[in-house]
Parts: sequence; C-alpha cells; structure tokens
Amino acid sequence: CTQASRQHVDIYERLPVPFGLVRFGVAPDHPEVKNVMNTFTQTAQHARCSFHGNVSVGKDVTVQELQEAYHAVVLSYGAEGNRTLGVPGEDLAGVHSAKDFVGWYNGLPTNRDLRPDLRCETAVILGQGNVALDVARILLSPVDILKNTDITQPALDTLAESSVRRVLIVGRRGPLQLACTIKELREMVNLPGTRPEMEASDFECIAKMLKVLPRPRKRLTELLLKVAVETPEETELERRNSAKRAWGFRFFRSPVEILPSDDLTRAAGIRLAVNRLEGEGEDVWAVTTGEVEDVECGLVISSIGYKSLPIDPAVPFDPRKHIIPNTMGRVQKCAGLYCSGWVKRGPTGVIATTMNDSFDTARTLLHDMDEGTLDISTVKPGSAGVTTILEKRGVKPVLFSDWEKIDSEESKRGEARGKPREKLLDVGEMLKVAWT
Amino acid sequence: MAKCLNLGSFLFTRMVEIPCISIGGKIKTWTPNRPGRAISIHSALHSNSLRNSSLEDKVTIHFVNQAGIKTTTTVTEGETLLDVVIKKNLDISGFGACEGTLACSTCHIIFDKTFYEKLEPMVDEEMDMLDLAYGLTKTSRLGCQITVRKWMDGMTVQVPQEVRDTVGSEGSQ
Repeated sequence: CTQASRQHVDIYERLPVPFGLVRFGVAPDHPEVKNVMNTFTQTAQHARCSFHGNVSVGKDVTVQELQEAYHAVVLSYGAEGNRTLGVPGEDLAGVHSAKDFVGWYNGLPTNRDLRPDLRCETAVILGQGNVALDVARILLSPVDILKNTDITQPALDTLAESSVRRVLIVGRRGPLQLACTIKELREMVNLPGTRPEMEASDFECIAKMLKVLPRPRKRLTELLLKVAVETPEETELERRNSAKRAWGFRFFRSPVEILPSDDLTRAAGIRLAVNRLEGEGEDVWAVTTGEVEDVECGLVISSIGYKSLPIDPAVPFDPRKHIIPNTMGRVQKCAGLYCSGWVKRGPTGVIATTMNDSFDTARTLLHDMDEGTLDISTVKPGSAGVTTILEKRGVKPVLFSDWEKIDSEESKRGEARGKPREKLLDVGEMLKVAWT
Repeated sequence: MAKCLNLGSFLFTRMVEIPCISIGGKIKTWTPNRPGRAISIHSALHSNSLRNSSLEDKVTIHFVNQAGIKTTTTVTEGETLLDVVIKKNLDISGFGACEGTLACSTCHIIFDKTFYEKLEPMVDEEMDMLDLAYGLTKTSRLGCQITVRKWMDGMTVQVPQEVRDTVGSEGSQ
C-alpha cells in the first residue's frame, strides 16, 4: 500500500482533553498502564495528525457533515453508558454504577458532583471484572498509597474519611468463571492492611478441575484457591489477624432487590438470589435455586459492564448488542464510515486488545483505499470544512498544543502535592487554561 | 491527498506497512515517492559501516513483524528486545505500550523453540501479563524482559501475524 504515507488524520473528541479511558478509566494506582499516553502523544504530534477537542459529534457537527468533509470517518467513541441492574431500589441513594464511581475518583467532569457517601461499614460490588477489583482496591487502599497518585483531591479527601471496612465482590457464577485477571487478584491479596474473607464452600470441586484448565485460568484459580482455602503460614496469619479491613468474593449470587433504609431514602442492604450452575465447560450459566440471602450494606456499586450509546441518528446502531453493526470495521450500509474499539466489538478487553482492534480497522480502511472501494478521488475540505461549521455554531476546538497547556498546569499543581498531576475537574476551567 | 477522520480516540502509531529494504546489517525504511530519502540511506550506510567496525553491536537479530516482513539489525548485548525495537525504530505496530513496566502485553515476542529454551525463566509478573497476550504460543515471552546475549546471534523472533483477510469474514482475532 502506497497511500498510507499521505493520509491526514483529524481526531474529534468531546472533552477538551484527550486519551479517554487511559485518563478516566485506568486506576490512579496503575500509572505504568498510562505510559501509553506517551505513544499517543507522539501520534498526535505527527505532522499529518490534528486533535480537535471540545467538539461534540452529533451535536456540534453531525456525522453526515463529517462525511462530507472527509473521505473516511472512523467512529471509536467507546462506551459511555452502563448496563443497569433492573432491580427495585437501583435508584436509592448509595447505589452507583462503577462507571460513575470510577469517573468520580478519576476526575471525569460529569461525575464531579457524585459525592458518594462512604459512611457505612460494608460495600457490595456487583460484578467481578477488573473494574470491580479496581473499585474494591480504591475503597480499601491505605490513603498513604493513594495520596501520591493522580486520584482527584476531593476523592482522596472522601476516602480519607471513609468508614468502609469490608468489601464484598459478588458474581452470579462460580470461581471458574471469575472475570478479573491475575494481576488484579494479586494486588488485592497483597493490599496492605487488608485480609481476604471467603466462603470455603464456594470452592468445593474446584481443585480437581485444575489440571484441565488452560494456563491463564489455571494460574488464576490456583491463586484464588490458595487465598480462599489454604491455611496461611504464620506471618501471613498474623498479618491477616491484625488487618482492619476485609475483602472477599461471593459466588453464585445475583441481585434481586436493593433494600431501603427505614426512611426509604437510601440503600441499607441487598437481597441476593442464591444460584447454581448449569451447562458445561466454557458455557455455564447461573440458575436461581429459589433461596435468597440478605446482606447489610450502605454502598452498592454495580460493575456489570459498560454500554455504547448511539451517537447520531444517521449511524446504524444495534439496540440489542449496543454496538455499531459492522463487518471488519466497515459500518454496514454506510460507505466511508468505519468503527473501531468498544463501539465495534463491545465493551471488554484491555488496552492491547482494543489497540489491536484499531489496527484491524485501519488495515481494512487502507485496503479499501487501495482497492478503490473507498473513493478518495474527489477533493475534500477536511478540517477546513468542519472549522467553518463549528465557527457558525460558536464552537471553538481545543488543539493538541492547547491540551499541552492543560497538561502542564495539571502537572504543576500535582507537583505541589507530590502527585503526578492534579486533574482539572471542570470543563470551563480546562477551556480557560487551554486558551490562555 | 486523502483525508481520514478518527473520532473520539487515538489511532495508535504505525498502522502502515512501509516497504523496507535491508542494506548491509541495517534496516532503513524507504518511501518510493521521496527521492530525498535515498540520500539519507547512503549516509546511514556510511555511518553504519563505521559503527559495525566497533566492538559494540555484536549480536545480529532478525525481527519478523505482523505483516511477515523481516528486518535484520545488529544490537548490543545487555539491551532488552524492547529497547532494540524502540531504538532501531523497527516497524512493529504498537510495540511496548507500557514502556517495559509489565503492565501490558504489547511487546509479546515469539521465539524458535531452541532459543526459547535457553532464555532465563519467567517470573510470575511476566507470566501474568503474557497470559493476556493475543496469539500466545508455547514459545512466547515479553520482549521487555528478554536481555540480548551473545548466544542470540543469528536468532529470528516474530510477533503474532496479522489476519490477512480484510474482505469480509469475522476472522480478525
């Protein structure tokens, strides 16, 4: 392919700041994962790449207008919604989606005023993926560890006053279906000041399954068994006995209702259905036994998955799968429109997964250019065309060099506090700094 | 000039398969329509031959990228394979996102069995991340954990091959 060396790529982002989930999703105590920002920065600073922040596609400019200005449009706007529990009590105070809770401690402007109430002893997290474990870890980490991360100051202050001492991480299936990965499990096991508390009965029949498991699942299960069932040796036993905070997985439990306080304003407990498993091998599902169990708690975080939302009526959207219908990244029945990442495949996977998926979409696009399926023969105005539209609508984009001023200001404020950055929490403030 | 738009996130670098030619022991990328680059290749040859005569770069390693293109480079003992890919600017998509901190699996490298067996054993932290890698094999390691040694001279390593079919099946990954 000889076309690729002449392409110009413009990036449109609703917020004034780039990087998406790397900034707002990755936990504050995982700074190494954020190193990828350096590679992204290199890309953004490429001569043929331009970042335009503060532009809301679907509102400030339509997808159709973008298609008129560009030969190809790639939708990679991710999943900003979340799956709902669909149980009574979901709207009580004290119940939050993990998306909002994570957005809150990571400085996402829309979650700035979440003000979660942490004046309870027990928190229940529904879901057992890496996001659920991030939430558990942030709830239980010693503040001394968190205070040198890029967690927001309001979140740090709230966590410093937190009464939460016990976190249950609940899943509807069993230990062999645990969705988190081993690194995150290790971090919980090694979290200072905490001890694991699990139900040994959840692990009957698990040990004998080990030998048939593929390596990643086997190692995860071995670690889980070790923590949940084995008697620890003396120093570890002492450490656990002196730990003031506890965490544990609860398996075979599905939420049926969030129970209100006496004055009916807030969550005071959760009713869980007890499940058993049906099916075999990879394909097992939970079936209720009819039994229920009530757990007292003041905080419920539902971490059962993110969900993409439609961006523009002109773009097809699958309302069942919540993705853009596509074939290899080509949006179905829309020439010149492509998609990549979570909005293409669904909201799972780590950075490497999504990165590779983006490469796939890019290869598809380049292939289409080479084959002539994507028509690049006409001259298109590109960002010049979009800028005219935005000006008429009173929208001013934030350029990458403007973001660099925000970046610099955040780093400066962070340095004063021994943090890598102190994030600006308000779009207005970001814009002010961007355009000084 | 075609214009592309990417919404809402960043395209990772190096989505292009740039044709590569190998001159002596050093790879240089060459863009057909830019004659100016040919001149820089010649001067690179010159400085390359000077460098080859020093005792430093003694180990020759072949890298096969995701498109099956092989590049050959000579490197210094003691660097990691991640260092090599970055320093020599090898054309491997998205390599080393976390910059060698065992927080991703993008420096995943596949070895031939004979070389794989001679590598220092993996620590848990490497295996934790490697187990998440796309295209994992029995002779896979993370490049950021492998230090170049003299006995690796002549070794070929590769990254998982991309799925070639861009025409219509659901087959990618």
